[in-house]
Amino acid sequence: MEGMNKYDISVKIASLKLKNPVIAASGTFGFGREYVDFIDLNRLGGISVKGLTLEPRQGNKPPRIAETPSGILNSVGLQNPGVHKFIKEEIPFLRNYKTALIVNVAGSTIDDYRKMAQILDAQDVDAIELNVSCPNVEKGCAAFGSTPSGVCEVTKAVKKYLAKPLIVKLTPNTLDITETAKAAEASGADAVSLINTLTGMAIDINTRRPVLANNYGGLSGPAVKPVALRMVHQASNAVDIPVIGMGGIMSGDDAVEFFLAGARAVMVGTANFVNPSACIDVITGINKYLERHNYKSIDDIIGKLHAT
Amino acid sequence: MPKVLNERITGIKWLKNSICKMTVKSGYISKYAYPGQFVNVKCADDTGIILRRPISICNVDKDKNEFDIVFMLKGKGTRLLSRKKRGDFLDFIGPLGNGFTISARNKKVLIAGGGIGTFPLLFLLKELPHSENSCCIGFRSCDNAVLVDELSECSNDLILCTDDGSLGKKGFVTYDAEQVIKLQKPNIIYACGPHEMMKEISRLANLYGVKCQVSLEQRMGCGIGACLVCACKIRTTDKNGWKYSHVCKDGPVFLSDEVIFE
Ligand SMILES: Cc1cc2nc3c(=O)[nH]c(=O)nc-3n(C[C@H](O)[C@H](O)[C@H](O)COP(=O)(O)OP(=O)(O)OC[C@H]3O[C@@H](n4cnc5c(N)ncnc54)[C@H](O)[C@@H]3O)c2cc1C
Ligand SMILES: Cc1cc2nc3c(=O)[nH]c(=O)nc-3n(C[C@H](O)[C@H](O)[C@H](O)COP(=O)(O)O)c2cc1C
Ligand code: FES
Repeated sequence: MEGMNKYDISVKIASLKLKNPVIAASGTFGFGREYVDFIDLNRLGGISVKGLTLEPRQGNKPPRIAETPSGILNSVGLQNPGVHKFIKEEIPFLRNYKTALIVNVAGSTIDDYRKMAQILDAQDVDAIELNVSCPNVEKGCAAFGSTPSGVCEVTKAVKKYLAKPLIVKLTPNTLDITETAKAAEASGADAVSLINTLTGMAIDINTRRPVLANNYGGLSGPAVKPVALRMVHQASNAVDIPVIGMGGIMSGDDAVEFFLAGARAVMVGTANFVNPSACIDVITGINKYLERHNYKSIDDIIGKLHAT
Repeated sequence: MPKVLNERITGIKWLKNSICKMTVKSGYISKYAYPGQFVNVKCADDTGIILRRPISICNVDKDKNEFDIVFMLKGKGTRLLSRKKRGDFLDFIGPLGNGFTISARNKKVLIAGGGIGTFPLLFLLKELPHSENSCCIGFRSCDNAVLVDELSECSNDLILCTDDGSLGKKGFVTYDAEQVIKLQKPNIIYACGPHEMMKEISRLANLYGVKCQVSLEQRMGCGIGACLVCACKIRTTDKNGWKYSHVCKDGPVFLSDEVIFE
């Protein structure tokens, strides 16, 4: 808890005010319930819930995970209870806590996204994170996120129905991240978050089969951090809307790298699997960094990379 | 309620070339764990290996506030884990999962274990209330056969077999299990072992109409129900007929007739 009040680490993402810049990343934190045995959810800047679809989804066949050097590949395939059950069962629970509630949504068609936006805009949630980048479902989703025109199409379609802040989550599986980031901005996104997972593969040489039943999966964890940082740096230089950075953050120092690269907030994903209090440790680590370097607030480091 | 714990290793014993028993001091685990539960272990710090490894709680000593895990060297994680020394600390999360349900009403019990799946059955045997129990265990060969004396001490009748016949009878546990089911008509079967064995035990349980609890294995991420990677197919009564449950949180122990083996 040290330094909790000494430094101002609150940030604003469009109209969304976060008490601190650390958000649990979608798909790695369930609906928060799984972590109450380990941490006080009130201490988080926010929670981005497991990606939701209009109808419930069972997800892909197991095995859904493979470990790779300093990373993991997952092919969960958006297993989720559907948006209606989420509204009924999870929002009331999450609202017991004073932390921003960000709803991550995915769809196969533009119409799915539009319907979800309409439904969720009327609910007690703080922001919508548009997942146009899930690599683990056959239809839609990542297809929209991989090109500027696709990002533009989905973002415009949902923006019309949303009064709440709209975050567009970008995929690294694209030609030029600055183009998709700019497309999101131009189409009405209030912020972008990146990166989602990088598509990858692992092979068991003894069985000569892919480790994942789905063959391919999404890579996350420390292995992707350099790629994520580079993309966050590029994206924050390309757009004026806030950038939320993620990819391999395990500690406060990792998070500081993302702030220096231009991120206004960070999301912590895979680290939660290893250390259920990873988000809290990241918050503490950020405070310690500010203390060590005599900064007064998080604004003193956001985008303050010395150019070479 | 599971906790992240960092506790001292009080003993390490190699049971075989590639099988290691680790004893860990933990008042919390010895007080709250029950058979069939597991701990999710961090094998080493600052390596390229980031995930924890699920290992069953093999035995609990309530007087000494200790518990044992027994693990077989499989890949990088278990190899690194085996390098720990007595006096080192073990970082783990536990106790995790839904273990075996024990009831005093089951007077006759059959326990079936295969390979690493036999390890959690020792804790189960020790916690069973007074009952008549038969225990069928199988290993690949005598090089992998461990805990035989300990298991034998707690069971009325232990049948041991190996795939290659190098110790005990030659053959699979499922054969012996079927003979026991036919002869002794147990009220319940508890089983833990490889997928094919669980599938066959479940078939036998169904065929002879015996209640059966099976402990399943699946690759895990978080071990606490958050990442949804450890899916297993469970029968439902809705129109879909099945759903994916999660081994770490809903299991690892399930009723055999709920599980759809593929
Ligand atoms: C609930 C449960 C209880 C278990 N209890 C025991 C036990 O008491 N003793 C024991 O020796 N082993 C046990 N296992 C298996 C043990 O988890 C694996 O042998 C171990 O994770 C292998 O890790 P590795 O890095 O050495 O092998 P690698 O093959 O290099 O591991 C690569 C990845 O695959 C995963 N993996 C590999 N094999 C398995 C497996 N069989 N089950 C689940 N994940 C696997 C690893 O966790 C890791 O993420 C248990 C597994 C589960 C699910
Ligand atoms: C198991 C798993 C499930 C995920 N599910 C989702 C999801 O439903 N929606 C989403 O936008 N991102 C999802 N992600 C991506 C993460 O939110 C994050 O973008 C990515 O893992 C990179 O961050 P990290 O390295 O800190 O994990 C998932 C990641 C993992 C590992
Ligand atoms: S391992 Fe994460 S949900 Fe089971």
